[in-house]
Amino acid sequence: MNQFSSFVRKEFCHILRDKRTLLILLVMPVVEIILFGFAISTDVRNIRLGILDPSNDVATRSIIQDMDASKYFTVNLVLHTPEEIEEAFRKNKIDMVIVFEDKFYERVVHNGSASVQLLADGTNPNTAKIGVGYATNIIMAYQMRLSQKSAFSGASSATIRIVPNIKMLYNPQMKAAYTFVPGVMGMILMLICSVMTSIAIVREKERGTMEVLLVSPVKPISIILSKTVPYLVISIVNMITIFLLSIFVLKVPVSGSMAWLIIVSILFIFVSLSLGMLISSIVKTQVAAMLFSGIGMMLPGMLLSGLMFPIENMPVLLQWISYMVPAKWYITAVKCIMIQGLDISYCLTELYVLLGMAVLFIFISLKRFKYRLE
Amino acid sequence: MLKYLLEKEFKQLMRNRFLPKMIIIMPCIVMLLFPWAATMEIKNINISIVDNNHTVTSQRLINKITSSGYFKLVNVSNTYSDAIQSIEYGEADIALEISNNLENDITKEGVSNIMISANAVDGMKGSIGTSYLASIISDFTNEINEEGGVISQGGILLKPYFKFNPEMDYKVFMIPALMVMILTMICGSLPSLNIVSEKEIGTIEQINVTPVPKAIFIIAKLLPYWIIGFIVLTISILVAWLVYGLIPSGSILTIYCISILYIFTISGFGLIVSNYSNTMQQAMFVMMFFIIILLLMSGLFTPINSMPDWAQAITIFNPLKYFIEIMRSIYLKGSSLKDILPQLYSLFCFFIVLTTWAVISYRKRS
Repeated sequence: MNQFSSFVRKEFCHILRDKRTLLILLVMPVVEIILFGFAISTDVRNIRLGILDPSNDVATRSIIQDMDASKYFTVNLVLHTPEEIEEAFRKNKIDMVIVFEDKFYERVVHNGSASVQLLADGTNPNTAKIGVGYATNIIMAYQMRLSQKSAFSGASSATIRIVPNIKMLYNPQMKAAYTFVPGVMGMILMLICSVMTSIAIVREKERGTMEVLLVSPVKPISIILSKTVPYLVISIVNMITIFLLSIFVLKVPVSGSMAWLIIVSILFIFVSLSLGMLISSIVKTQVAAMLFSGIGMMLPGMLLSGLMFPIENMPVLLQWISYMVPAKWYITAVKCIMIQGLDISYCLTELYVLLGMAVLFIFISLKRFKYRLE
Repeated sequence: MLKYLLEKEFKQLMRNRFLPKMIIIMPCIVMLLFPWAATMEIKNINISIVDNNHTVTSQRLINKITSSGYFKLVNVSNTYSDAIQSIEYGEADIALEISNNLENDITKEGVSNIMISANAVDGMKGSIGTSYLASIISDFTNEINEEGGVISQGGILLKPYFKFNPEMDYKVFMIPALMVMILTMICGSLPSLNIVSEKEIGTIEQINVTPVPKAIFIIAKLLPYWIIGFIVLTISILVAWLVYGLIPSGSILTIYCISILYIFTISGFGLIVSNYSNTMQQAMFVMMFFIIILLLMSGLFTPINSMPDWAQAITIFNPLKYFIEIMRSIYLKGSSLKDILPQLYSLFCFFIVLTTWAVISYRKRS
């Protein structure tokens, strides 16, 4: 045991002497939580609007004003000829153009019909669709006001309406942080544990110091385990930072049981550490370890874990791949416990899968670990 | 002199068993899988419906919802609490409750209520799902109105058009930006490990005692990544064409020319990190830290316009933002060089600053 603790001390020395890496390890979660909590949002806002308004009368001015006043649009450019539209799109100055007919107000009031074209930049289908939806609502609201004022709303009393009452469960203010906090936790813990552990072990191999360690009387298994202890400590520190930040800065409450949240997180840390061990037993150089664990973990962690993009939308093949991403199970469990405030019995599957993964990874990496140098 | 240095760099690269394979395989994997994963198009929203009405009208509404293509009916629950429970178990995302006097209300009062409860933990899905549902319901009422002989009165006629991407395919939007992501990851992270690995192995000392000037040394380090970047870009463009049928509507020559500039910029950044680092582990973590932030703040996944002002100010210092804008404009809108000059100037400034910095920060004396 004494031998083991001195090995752990050696590892701590490695980490503490490398101030820059340590700083990044501790600062990364803070920066990411702040970025995800305050900067990044999937909402569509500030759509840059171009206006082509040959009539320039009461109606069009009022509609433009309504558009500009809403948080969804900013009027960016006033166009004069239809030819300018194409150029403005190509120069990336606007996201949408609204084209009014000439004599717009007159047509609305006297002919009872006037047309508006909404030209949206469809390169981003999401912004385009949502933008057109917002614009439609604003114009329809204007029309409603107009028809009430001029009292030609004879027909409207006979129409029926179904009013949807919408309730947003668990996240009534629709804060993006509720979605991102579990995701960021998964990504950070994964990165730190698996990348750091795999690199730390492979570095000893690459530098040749592994040989020195292997001839020492310490059992090879303790050498590997002692490497994981410092990263376990750092991960737990990070976990606490993320929890504190999300509770006190982002105001995301822990609605479920804190104890279970910590247990699941520690289980996930074990999975990541054992994954790091597994990677280190496969690769030989630090570059390979980094690319393997860095890019191989970071990309699926960001894309296939449900952090940003809903997994249900993906093709079946990708959904199967996502089942192999440990972060996916962890994020689901954290959402369940932390945000929805559900009992642990609702996420037993996630718990068992993580447990199974931890056992499997540890088993394989112990099997594969070579006691002798080639 | 440059020739020998380049020969050395290429030998080092080709002798590595792992790297040449990765340069070929990674762009293929990213281009084949990621456009499918990185989509904000919401389909297959799981819905649980509580039908207390059991009439022709309510059945028609349910049919309309399920046939819309966006919703997947998971179950028809008997009570509202059953529906909420299936949300809690993660089976359903949205619960819709039809009150027991829907048909009665519609025919007699003209107004009826309908309850929609969405799981908003996944904010995007919750809000888009409810807005889809609300628009289906409003279509439904229009249908009934029309059948009842009420012709919706004339007024403002809206004609929406979607330019550049008529099929509204999200993959098309992501593909040019994903190319930028691969270039950044490969041409940014490999150089960041390059000089520091020479430091770790000790071979940097041998370079330091030669009469090689600093600038030549750095250029010899940059050039291989330019070729690697070229290979990566070509593979990505080929996959985009063969698999997704996407060809640039602008000039492919412009894409390649600007890519040269971008690859130099981002590998210059990698070399700077490498120069300042003492160990590969350090270099790697610093680089990973920056790549994550650069990717998130680049408009790749989420729109920059939706960010608060301070965050938008930060994105001014992000070369990825400009290159992604350029790639999307050329690829999808067919912009010419003239249209994207402002972005190109910014990118050029980054190129000058970063490569100069890379040369200066390399010191022969330790």
